[in-house]
Amino acid sequence: MKSIRVALGQVQPVLGDVYANADKHMAFIDRAVEQGADVVVFPELGLTGYLLRDLTYQVARRIDDRDIGKLIGASQRIDVLFSFVEESAAHRFYTCSVYASGGRVIHVHRKIYLPTYGLFEEGRHFSRGESLNSFAVAEYRAGIAICEDVWHPSVPYLLSVAGMDVLYVPAAGPGRALGGDPHSGSQLFWERLIRTYAQLFTCYVVFVNRVGFEDGVFFFGHSAIAGPDGEMVGKVASHDERLEIFSLDLANIRKERYRTPLLRDEDVHFTQRTLARLVEGQ
Amino acid sequence: MQRDRAMDICRKLETSVAGAVPVLVGFLRDEIQKTGHRNAIFGLSGGIDSAVVAYLAVLALGKDHVYPLIMPYRESSQASVNDARQVLADLGLQERMIDITSQVDAYFSCQECATHLRRGNKMARERMSIIYDQSVVYQALPLGTSNKTELLLGYGTQFGDLASALNPVGDLFKTQVRAIAGQLSVPESIRRKAPSADLWQDQTDEDELGFSYEDADAILHLLVDERLTEDEVVGQGFQGELVDQVMRRIRQNQYKRRMPVIAKVSSRTIGIDFRYPRDWGM
Repeated sequence: MKSIRVALGQVQPVLGDVYANADKHMAFIDRAVEQGADVVVFPELGLTGYLLRDLTYQVARRIDDRDIGKLIGASQRIDVLFSFVEESAAHRFYTCSVYASGGRVIHVHRKIYLPTYGLFEEGRHFSRGESLNSFAVAEYRAGIAICEDVWHPSVPYLLSVAGMDVLYVPAAGPGRALGGDPHSGSQLFWERLIRTYAQLFTCYVVFVNRVGFEDGVFFFGHSAIAGPDGEMVGKVASHDERLEIFSLDLANIRKERYRTPLLRDEDVHFTQRTLARLVEGQ
Repeated sequence: MQRDRAMDICRKLETSVAGAVPVLVGFLRDEIQKTGHRNAIFGLSGGIDSAVVAYLAVLALGKDHVYPLIMPYRESSQASVNDARQVLADLGLQERMIDITSQVDAYFSCQECATHLRRGNKMARERMSIIYDQSVVYQALPLGTSNKTELLLGYGTQFGDLASALNPVGDLFKTQVRAIAGQLSVPESIRRKAPSADLWQDQTDEDELGFSYEDADAILHLLVDERLTEDEVVGQGFQGELVDQVMRRIRQNQYKRRMPVIAKVSSRTIGIDFRYPRDWGM
């Protein structure tokens, strides 16, 4: 197995301006190509901004929309994982992330868990994604879980059952609960979370968080990658716009899964039986 | 016991803002620049809150883009003006002074028996009307200087000192503003003196409120951030009467923290179901 060079496209979207954001994505894609990356990953709602409220209605695009098509087309040069508000044929609105490669869509993930508490209002505007699967990319399998999706361990668990060497986590994570450490509490939570999943599912976890402010809400960036041993592979030590590239050695997955065969020993049938019984009992 | 517990909580609040300055500086830079402005304007009273805002604004925008106004009334303390001048000197900012005596006295010359409260509110609103007028001259956005303690207690004048386009210190308790003032090396004399709205001679905030900022911050933190009930706060050693007084102030002053209430008659009402972020317009 080889290495993949992953570019973390830690962008600061302009709220509600799909054109400006698409231009920025294209500029980041150009830079990632120049620097020899295999894939460039953008954060949750990188094409629209996050705190949309009623703007959701205006920024939504069908997946066959021309604006979206440009980014899919760019994947002829480099794989691109990007995120926008997707409108279905039935006029439902989803937070979605698309993985495009070779000029076509390989996978679409619609965000399943929509936080609607505290500062979050996603449930007011978005429909909930209803399917989950991993997908094949060249020599490995990948999964996508958007931000809150990974606060539900069932999502990475199910993706792992489907087969997952790399978990991509596009996020719009706000900085909250400033702590004594000179980083926000949220940043520490996220680092802990991706390291834990990487170790438990012996896979790489690629977390790409946006930056900038929207109505005073601070998005803290600090995109990062954790490896299958639970150690950090690299991080963007900044809450500014950045494009940084890290190399993921896929051989480490093989090594780690032999050393710690958690996935081999995972009993999905036991899980399925028990879950069915417990859900039935509720 | 109350004193010890309050001090413990305040120490915790202070350490919690160890990493806040870059966030606040980023907030000012980002939220000002996205409006197309490069400059900030605000009243510099000689107190700690506006001093902290001045230091943050200079870090965010550079000293050539920061316009503090000193706006004394004839009874204002000379010491406050001197403290404000010290901030200007320390930051290399030009002095801009507008004395509000004539306009305030002209109004009250035909108003009999105006109370301290009315006079104080009038002065606060005169100052804010000047800031908004001068904001056109300097093409600058008005910055708020009310901290979280004042906002929660309603210790400020609606459409006076509570008005602003952006407020970098509105999520910081007084204790935390002091900690940040230390990080920013705000002059010692400003950090040490008793907080005062300078509404009349020898007035101090704590005399007027009837409790100390340490007690207020500790109780507010427990009630608001930690979501404790009043009984639970009393259980931590705080006097019931004081907790009740603080809670009453939070509730009674909610109106000052909201836009005016609009009678709903249409299907889309501003603030109710016409919901856009401020940054939409940027």
